[in-house]
Amino acid sequence: MYEFNYHRPASLDAAASALSGAGEGKIVAGGMTLIPTLKQRLAQPSDLIDLSAIADLKGISEDGGSIVIGAMTTHAEVADNATVKAKIPALADLAEGIGDIQVRNRGTIGGSIANADPAADYPGGLVGLGATVRTNKREIAADDFFTGMFETALAEDEIVTAVAFPVPDKAAYAKFANPASRYAIVGVLVSQGAGGVRVAVTGAGPSVFRVTEMEQALASNFSAAAIEGIAVPADGLNSDIHASAEYRAHLVGVMARRAVAAAG
Amino acid sequence: MPDTGIGASVRRKEDQRFLTGKGRYTDDLNRPGQVHAVFVRSPHAHATVASVNIAAAAAAPGVIAVLTGKDMEADGVGSLPCGWTVTDKHGEPHKAPDHFPLVRDKVRYVGDHVAVVLAESAIQAKDAAELVEVDYQMLPANVDPSKAMDGPLLHDNAPSNLCYDWELGDQAAVDEALSRAAHVTTVDLVNNRLIPNAIEPRAAIAEFDTGTDSYTLYSTSQNPHLLRLILCAFVLGIPESKLRVIAPDVGGGFGSKIYCYAEETVCTWAARKTGRPVKWTGERSESFLADAHGRDHMTRVQLGMDAEGKFVAMKVDTTANLGAYLSNFATCVPTYLYATLLAGQYTTPVIHCNVKAVFTNTAPVDAYRGAGRPEATYVIERVVEAAAREIGVDPAELRKRNFVPPDAFPYATPVALTYDSGQYALAMDKALELIDYAGFPARREASKAKGKLRGIGFSAYIEACGIAPSAVVGSLGAGVGLYESGQVRFNPTGTVSVFTGSHSHGQGHETTFSQLVSDTLGVPIENVEVVHGDTGSIPFGMGTYGSRSLAVGGSALSKACDKIIEKGKKIAAHLMEASVDDIEFDQGTFRVAGTDKEKAIGEIAFAAYVPHNYPEDLEPGLDETSFYDPLNFTYPAGTHVCELEIDPETGVIEIADWAAVDDFGKVVNPMIVEGQVHGGIAQGVGQAMLENCVYDADGQLLTGSYMDYCMPRADDLPSFKVETTETPCPHNPLGVKGCGEAGAIAAPAAFMNAVTDALGTEDIAMPASPEKVWRIAQAAQAAE
Repeated sequence: MYEFNYHRPASLDAAASALSGAGEGKIVAGGMTLIPTLKQRLAQPSDLIDLSAIADLKGISEDGGSIVIGAMTTHAEVADNATVKAKIPALADLAEGIGDIQVRNRGTIGGSIANADPAADYPGGLVGLGATVRTNKREIAADDFFTGMFETALAEDEIVTAVAFPVPDKAAYAKFANPASRYAIVGVLVSQGAGGVRVAVTGAGPSVFRVTEMEQALASNFSAAAIEGIAVPADGLNSDIHASAEYRAHLVGVMARRAVAAAG
Repeated sequence: MPDTGIGASVRRKEDQRFLTGKGRYTDDLNRPGQVHAVFVRSPHAHATVASVNIAAAAAAPGVIAVLTGKDMEADGVGSLPCGWTVTDKHGEPHKAPDHFPLVRDKVRYVGDHVAVVLAESAIQAKDAAELVEVDYQMLPANVDPSKAMDGPLLHDNAPSNLCYDWELGDQAAVDEALSRAAHVTTVDLVNNRLIPNAIEPRAAIAEFDTGTDSYTLYSTSQNPHLLRLILCAFVLGIPESKLRVIAPDVGGGFGSKIYCYAEETVCTWAARKTGRPVKWTGERSESFLADAHGRDHMTRVQLGMDAEGKFVAMKVDTTANLGAYLSNFATCVPTYLYATLLAGQYTTPVIHCNVKAVFTNTAPVDAYRGAGRPEATYVIERVVEAAAREIGVDPAELRKRNFVPPDAFPYATPVALTYDSGQYALAMDKALELIDYAGFPARREASKAKGKLRGIGFSAYIEACGIAPSAVVGSLGAGVGLYESGQVRFNPTGTVSVFTGSHSHGQGHETTFSQLVSDTLGVPIENVEVVHGDTGSIPFGMGTYGSRSLAVGGSALSKACDKIIEKGKKIAAHLMEASVDDIEFDQGTFRVAGTDKEKAIGEIAFAAYVPHNYPEDLEPGLDETSFYDPLNFTYPAGTHVCELEIDPETGVIEIADWAAVDDFGKVVNPMIVEGQVHGGIAQGVGQAMLENCVYDADGQLLTGSYMDYCMPRADDLPSFKVETTETPCPHNPLGVKGCGEAGAIAAPAAFMNAVTDALGTEDIAMPASPEKVWRIAQAAQAAE
């Protein structure tokens, strides 16, 4: 990696000012994507601002009808958390299936969503559960947060602080993992709750998307059979050496049905 | 000593240091004053190097030197040699293009070596490497081996990018037999290219001592003497006596660390040139790009049968991709380690094999766990299974009809080998029992009821291990002999130091060889220490590859122990005032036959080193060396059966069960053997289900990291059912055969035969990825 200045602020304000004061500042959360990128010299930030010393960004709590997960909470903590397991088991399952044990012990929810990898699991979780992203400046609905491949609604100096997940009546996440990386080739989170039915797909396209036709069908009949005939077009989906767009389109249907069946 | 002797599952002695983090690998070593090497590698698959401007890099902080191919040329550094000359079907030697450690005027694959930057720190060297300006004049890339002969030319002296067009066997007889066959089965196969991925990337540190004009090279080598020989005699022109090669703890090789590569060559040369020790530690990305890859064959095979399903002839036509240059043993893998194995376990009377070996703009390809034999087994076992299905005979039964029977040994195949021993039907029957073959139809129905497709597949493999004897391999073009050395040295107080040319990089030699020596000499195992991997302390040895360590290296140690016992008898006879002929040796004790007079071997050793009372005509000391050159290969064989279930909705395969019955002859340590079988199967399943090296049309490696290159993991695999049969090798003193490659040789065919059984088509190439499987399953459902 190239040289950079390293900061480890103890407060969110200090982090924000370190970020705005840096030439090419970059926030590091768990570092699961950033550190390999730096090691391969594919990025050259002037400053790295490490959020790991900010206690306010860690932890899981209940807030009204929502589960609020601090941005620096690791995937392993989400997967193991009793409240998450009790209230939104689909989210615990999703976290349990991210990467491998090392990644889950280091990687964080805030880092994952700010990076917005099209094959990451959490975008499916946030959109599928109708979550709200909290930042140091505002709140952003998940539907508005992910704007494209590795792109989010975050401003340059904006830092994710937490994600609030409304507790659904039922939900499940079904993932077809890339056998090599274990990222999602297709991941589908299906939920039903106060906000209606949501079907969110990650991995298949450039960014997470919802399948409204399936949502409508499930709203009247929440069963795998209800979405049996609904095909997602392959146009615009990702295609690589692991899976063609056509295969991904097919898998969206399979994973959606499996998620619905698992949600019960 | 039944608990530590031959046949006991002794826990691995070496694990004390490995499991406590005390292993010493090349990268753990540092030499005073060392500089760090970083290679400037080609980002292009094929380009002329018009110029290399090193000015900015040379002026960068910490930089000691920036060296290029021109510097090596000026110093007279030679080409990395190919160690096996294959004579083509027209009697001409194979085309052997130059392979300079740093290119002189052209790059031929992504990762090819353009320059080296030496700096005080690795970071500084990396920074400076980015400042080396290379003017590449792009050339079209030649990537697809099926079109390589018509593609852009890589080497001026290899027209049509053809290294050789070679054949083995009687083509006319095969054509004639096929024309008269009652049934001919034809299958087209691809043996996919693999990237070895030993857990420790390659590394080297070289230093030059101006006081003695001698070099020391620490390197991740499977065969330090061979590396020294190649570096001294062919590349650098150093007297062998002036280069010491040390291969300390090495984390796996699978063949990829046999070869003399550009990196250690450059480090050794540059250490003298700069007067500083030079250290290079490969990064994983470099391993992907530039370690010798494995396999990469395309084959059409035809198997002819008579009306009773007896094989009458087999014809094999293969194109082998050798990559951009010839790695040290690249030429022999698709010829003498491949075509010679095409009889498999069967009595097929005539076989012909033609191999065209081509150059492409990809990383060099060489031996990788199994080396030619997995390719041969895959060809035979896929076509045999397909033939059974075509003529409607049970695949196990068809194999049994054609096995070489136990009373036919020694059995001369039509492809040059003479099998020494085997009980093929015995292994098959055991495997059928282990997998509960009789219960398979019911299990298939149960899967069907769940909407799943179940398949079962066989692989009755044979391999030739311990490549030998030297005179034969020499006549076939090998540039080296293939014996092994072993030295057994008693120390005065009765402990034993064992020196072996077989390098251990995961095989557990320190345990197996200790068991062997301990058992033979009657010395407690904790008093036996195995030394390997240092040309400064071991006798000249050929190293570890081709499942040869126990059969060849172990036999050398056994012979050395025999010499120790022979000399010990003379000393014992003198001490006990008896005739040498009356001395018996058993479990560490020399006895005068028929009396109660005896001496322990420790006493004899002490007498040999403190020879106050000693035979006049005998040299002091108890230290014997043996070089063992085998009379023949050994022929491990067995049957693996894979049973799996496919989810047609996603194409995901789950291996339900795996039975492996292998005949490795005499087994010294069953636990280590079982571990080798497990690892081999995992590697074979890796090839068949997960691993695939992919280059794009421009020659860029698309699978350059673990994000895209899928290694097998524990949860991809079932719990294996592993058993052995024991048919001792009749021509080595231990009766052993070798077990290191068997799993990787057997597994791909067993897996793919199960996949094709489940899917009902032969037309699927490795790896059987979910999308490929899904497409076939969908097409089958649509057809129904």
